[in-house]
Amino acid sequence: MKNSKWNLRRIWQDFYLVIIMIFLYAPIATMVVLSFNSSKSRTQWGGFTLRWYTEMFASRNIMDALQNTLLIAFLSALIAVIIGTAASIAINSMKPVPRTILMGITNIPMLNADIVTGISLMLAFIAFGISLGFQTVLIAHITFNIPYVILSVMPKLKQTSRFTYEAALDLGASPLRAFFKVVFPDILPGVLSGFLLAFTMSLDDFIITHFTRGAGINTLSTLIYSEVRRGIKPSMYALSTVIFATVLILLIISNFAPHKKAEQ
Amino acid sequence: MNKKLLSGPYILWMIGFTIIPLALIVFYGLTDKSGAFTLANVLSISTPEHIKALWLSLGLSFVSTIICLVLAYPLAMILRNRNVGSGSFIVFIFILPMWMNFLLRTLAWQTLLEKAGVINGILGMLHLPKQNLINTPGAIVLGMVYNFLPFMVLPIYNVLCKIDDNTINAARDLGANFFQTLLWVWFPLSVPGIISGITMVFVPALTTFVISNLLGGSKILLIGNVIEQEFTKGSNWNMGSGLSLVLMIFILISMALIAKYDKNGEGSGF
Amino acid sequence: MGQSLIDLVNISKSFDGTMVLDDLNLSVKENTFVTLLGPSGCGKTTTLRIIGGFEKADTGKVIFDGTEINDLPPNKRQLNTVFQKYALFSHMNIAENIAFGLKIKGKSKAYINDKIKYALKLVNLDGYEKRTVDSLSGGQQQRIAIARAIVNEPRLLLLDEPLGALDLKLRQDMQYELIRLKNELGITFIYVTHDQEEALTMSDTIVVMNQGYIQQMGTPEQIYNEPENAFVADFIGESNIVPGVMLHDELVEIFGAKFACVDRGFGVNKPVDVVIRPEDIELVEPEQGTLTGTCTHLIFKGVHYEMEITTPDGFEWLVHSTTLCPVGKKVGLRVDPFNIQIMNKPASEDEEAVGVNE
Repeated sequence: MKNSKWNLRRIWQDFYLVIIMIFLYAPIATMVVLSFNSSKSRTQWGGFTLRWYTEMFASRNIMDALQNTLLIAFLSALIAVIIGTAASIAINSMKPVPRTILMGITNIPMLNADIVTGISLMLAFIAFGISLGFQTVLIAHITFNIPYVILSVMPKLKQTSRFTYEAALDLGASPLRAFFKVVFPDILPGVLSGFLLAFTMSLDDFIITHFTRGAGINTLSTLIYSEVRRGIKPSMYALSTVIFATVLILLIISNFAPHKKAEQ
Repeated sequence: MNKKLLSGPYILWMIGFTIIPLALIVFYGLTDKSGAFTLANVLSISTPEHIKALWLSLGLSFVSTIICLVLAYPLAMILRNRNVGSGSFIVFIFILPMWMNFLLRTLAWQTLLEKAGVINGILGMLHLPKQNLINTPGAIVLGMVYNFLPFMVLPIYNVLCKIDDNTINAARDLGANFFQTLLWVWFPLSVPGIISGITMVFVPALTTFVISNLLGGSKILLIGNVIEQEFTKGSNWNMGSGLSLVLMIFILISMALIAKYDKNGEGSGF
Repeated sequence: MGQSLIDLVNISKSFDGTMVLDDLNLSVKENTFVTLLGPSGCGKTTTLRIIGGFEKADTGKVIFDGTEINDLPPNKRQLNTVFQKYALFSHMNIAENIAFGLKIKGKSKAYINDKIKYALKLVNLDGYEKRTVDSLSGGQQQRIAIARAIVNEPRLLLLDEPLGALDLKLRQDMQYELIRLKNELGITFIYVTHDQEEALTMSDTIVVMNQGYIQQMGTPEQIYNEPENAFVADFIGESNIVPGVMLHDELVEIFGAKFACVDRGFGVNKPVDVVIRPEDIELVEPEQGTLTGTCTHLIFKGVHYEMEITTPDGFEWLVHSTTLCPVGKKVGLRVDPFNIQIMNKPASEDEEAVGVNE
């Protein structure tokens, strides 16, 4: 009796999970399928082709955008990690009041609407006399990436015992050496996941890039936006598939690599 | 002492690229083209065109938020109950779309909904009449729900995971049936996650211009579209900033809600 | 003899292929304090959760007051649980926590308020109605968890290591408190713990469990003085378990020395295990002892000295005594016949685990 009732509940739950999963993945799957479809029609399968991929790789626009995207993602994540990790260490050693103020400021770019962040940065760049282009997009991305780094590193810092650092000092290490030999290895997983998080957020961004990029430069997001408004070309599906696969791999690395370590 | 100096670059950066830019929006929003103080930009929200866009934005994002909450809560509960022992892979599956490029997700729905899109194609094959799916408020709501659902699932899931099994067992033990437990134990204990999820859905939905542009066509204007156009086409930055200030009121309300109900950052999605 | 309130009949349960309970039978009489005692992983908590309705047994029956309740969900069972780490509702104040079960039953406001007052008085926390859960200490939260359970007037109260998170002094206070409550309320208690001292102090009946089997069931005195197998002897208090040969009734040979005992019926020249508690060994002059040995270790424990006396065969006897024997001194060991407990040697590992039900 109870078993059957329990099973029924389980079946309903599975059913619900599957429905949501279809809702989440069907659109993506559709794009992946269409990226291999030799017919331009969305509803007819014209046979398997890699034509849209070759077209994509041959496109100067797409390749330039790809290069910009990766470069900006890498540089912004790297710089954000350096500034953010340093800031985390400082914030962690602060008294409650300044710490709360700084954490509050850290939250602004995360909680603020992207459109407001984008507009405000654009106004600032123009006011500072920085011409819009690669450098402004980079600065903007660093700005919204730093909070993610801080949020990844802070919990790890809180876990590390103050005493191991002090023990290193006690054993004769200089503060700098004590930090790199004792504290840094402990927070390294946080730093790495902060980097990956920042990298992914940068890849994903459209709105802030849209306002800070100026005319000459495109990232993949802005390129897709302008292309899509003119009508979708199948090479866009190929591009989507490539991006999806990349993000998937990045996320698997960032989600499961540190977990495994913690379990051991 | 030494350590605090490490926050120098960060503080300078945040002043330069967060505080000053926000101050500039306030400055532009409260001045006219000549730089004189005016409330006209902010008050322009009350013009019929703007107020209509604002109401529509509020309405659509409200509906989307509710739908997200209704879909996400049972999902988060199921995931939480499944997570014991079986690892977090299944959770990962449901959070993954959150990291997909936002434009691609919207593009995907465009592909499905368009007049010559996949859904109409399937309807055609079944000899059913074509539906006008795209360029409707419904399409925008769909796009919002699709894009922001994981933002609702994650914080609720995180909070539910922190609820001790025995707290739930205790409620059952004291005679509560499933719905009583849901109402009196699950819900109250997950308020931080719910609030966090609501703001993480509501704010981007309220301020979006991409979803409405791609799925709503040019006829449906949300407040995000109005502001975007002031900056990219109309180049009336003062008015755009003024309208942004109005939007920021809603964002500030959300931040205040989070601060009130989610003191420990329990619902934080990251 | 009272009516039995709960019966577990042939209960088995496994998790992911691991057997946690194997054909367990247990009968608890009305108005007794029964303790399930055993090391972690012995199946005691699972047993409790099966009674509470939070786990379902793979096979077997749970019978409550003559009715099978296997399929009854926890919220329909006439019993309440005090959970490990209390499981209080942190979003409610103390009064709301206590009122939870009563509100569900649809009791009147006046009744509920009376009950809250009564329960708080019972656990010595009058006036705490409006306090938040977070503002209470561990011991106070524990009392509230008990109050929350007993206001529902359950016939059976299940307690899952309720004192586990408290410090020693508080544990001892709470032990007396629980005995008092049980006597005042007349409710049957089933108590789970891994702490043998707790079990000995509070219980009417102790059920010693290991690896999913009941090892022995009896009064604290029986469990302590007459352990039925080496596991129980070892788990309850400290003991010397030595191999011996039962020469005939009332005489056992240990390491070549003959000890008079009171056990009968083991047969002639039968190998057995002998249990002797450290406090039951008397230290005497070497020539007066049944065995002689040399003290090899000495610690002052406050109430007594703890010593290790090594006999020529190499066995180290643990001895608790107020008589001091300095390290290196030769000493005689003597044991009163009724302090010697004889146990059958287990024929196999399995037999050792199988409990003897009485």
